[in-house]
Amino acid sequence: MSVPKQFLIAVAVTLGIWALGWVLEENINAYYLRVIINCGIAIILALSLNLVNGCAGQFSLGHAGFMGVGAYMSAYLTSVVGGALWTSPWGVGAAIITGGLTAAVAGYLVGLPSLRLKGDYLAIVTLGFGEIIRIIFLNMEVVGGARGLPGIPRFSNFFWVFTWAAITLVFLKRLSESSYGRAILSIREDEVAAEAMGINVSHYKVVAFVISSFFAGVAGALFAHYQGFIDPQSFNFNRSVDVVIMVVIGGMGSLTGAIIGGVIVTMMPELLRVFEQYRLVVFPLILIVVMLVRPMGIMGYREVWHFWGKKKKLASGEGSA
Amino acid sequence: MEEFIQNIVNGVAQGSVYALVALGYTMVYGVLQFINFAHSDIFMLGAFAGLYIASWLSPSLPPAVTVFLVFGGAMLFCTAVALLTERIAYRPLRKAPRLNVLITAIGVSLLLQNLGQVIFGSDPRVFPALIPTRALFGTEGIVINNIQVIVIFVSLSLMLLLNYIVHHTKMGIAMRAVSYDIQVASLMGIPSDRIIVFTFMIGSALAGSAAILYGLSYPKIEPLLGVMIGLKAFVAAVFGGIGNIMGAALGGIIIGLAEAFVVFYVSSSFRDAIAFGILILVLLLKPAGLFGTVRREKV
Repeated sequence: MSVPKQFLIAVAVTLGIWALGWVLEENINAYYLRVIINCGIAIILALSLNLVNGCAGQFSLGHAGFMGVGAYMSAYLTSVVGGALWTSPWGVGAAIITGGLTAAVAGYLVGLPSLRLKGDYLAIVTLGFGEIIRIIFLNMEVVGGARGLPGIPRFSNFFWVFTWAAITLVFLKRLSESSYGRAILSIREDEVAAEAMGINVSHYKVVAFVISSFFAGVAGALFAHYQGFIDPQSFNFNRSVDVVIMVVIGGMGSLTGAIIGGVIVTMMPELLRVFEQYRLVVFPLILIVVMLVRPMGIMGYREVWHFWGKKKKLASGEGSA
Repeated sequence: MEEFIQNIVNGVAQGSVYALVALGYTMVYGVLQFINFAHSDIFMLGAFAGLYIASWLSPSLPPAVTVFLVFGGAMLFCTAVALLTERIAYRPLRKAPRLNVLITAIGVSLLLQNLGQVIFGSDPRVFPALIPTRALFGTEGIVINNIQVIVIFVSLSLMLLLNYIVHHTKMGIAMRAVSYDIQVASLMGIPSDRIIVFTFMIGSALAGSAAILYGLSYPKIEPLLGVMIGLKAFVAAVFGGIGNIMGAALGGIIIGLAEAFVVFYVSSSFRDAIAFGILILVLLLKPAGLFGTVRREKV
């Protein structure tokens, strides 16, 4: 219960990620490390989209746009503005957070008008905003336009990506257990009923959208500082679809499901290399089969820790279900 | 002034292709309430079907017969693929949550795109010039060529035909009934599954003909061709009020016009943004689209 205990856990987890990162960087080859780090970025993206798609039940198809805002903002600071200040580790860290905050502002500006819409219309409007954001970058010469922005300091590594993934996970878990999170969940369950219970539906939708955009922006910033190069094509509609697929395969509304989905969708193209050129065909087939056979995704609404909890309850003779 | 008229002609010609594709989106949305993302890739397959049919046919055939066969073949092929996707992917999900159907549609779309890249290769291919382009009417500022006239004429006739089918045939009346309320329609003895199949057939046949018209006017086709055109056509459908056939036709032409003017007066790099800009404005000001009806959500 006490704060120092949680602080100690946080320190322990951070040290654990640092040590694991050190061990991995020393011992496995660059290709595997690259896949693992891409998984980490995908996990942040999937977790953040899960808040909007899974918890709030609002279908967004423009997540790549916010990722792009974060990536471009942070990369602009570290490679165009540059200087000793922004290229120092603290500077890059600040640039990543600035990228996230800019994406959050973009999320607010996009979310405020568009979240009045529902279902398919919302999906299409967010898709439209995502494409517009991409086309704006395409026409911004200061960040390289269509040629892209090279020479971004390669600052992201295992430690930073997974620390941010852990921060995202803890933040969203705590959020979902707070009154804010309950309010957001109630919108998914029944919007009209939630409104009748006095929940300011549009306020909570926008809050969910802004938080989600912040983490998407952070993921984008980490991505930019890992690749060292970004161009508008990196944040196109297909990227948004990838993130949606992660959330849906994992199970909408489940945090651990989003993590599993992120890992599966990132690993799949690598694992399917045996199919050579047909792997691009096999992947959508798997998606269709998952939808036909297990429409609720791998986890459904459940979390990994629900399985432990249930066992404990059964053991002490309390739970039944 | 000449530029203005020229842009109107270009815009209407481009817009009619969007309109034909938009009709497929809007009709499927009308009966099933879901965005058939794969529709854009059906369009792409139609273009490739046309390309292959044109290259198989012997060059000694009269050009009119070739054009007719290419149109017919592409429409048939698109219809066949659409029926296959409906049967395998969409029908088992008829009672599933709408999001699942949407994701499945995205899956089918990715599948067709990637299959297209494997089969046709990802490099652009040249669509054969079935009808040689020549200027019909040329003054100093305005050039109208025969292809533009053909595109506008063919799409207009197809839309009139569709209008006839929807409003004056038994099938069309059943289609409207299903789109109004699928359950009540089934209770009244309308075989809803058969009507849905029929809707898919008409929509994809229109997409097939749109693909040939596109190939005639822009003779460069590739497996990812459908993505942007599909998105814009969908925007056109939403713009006109999704589920509304007249709205989709008009929406397509308005988007085509807006694009032509933006390319000419602003910059060609904003070409793709304008459709989405219009869409967002329309949805925020008039959420049901121009001709759509608002459906109140009840508890």
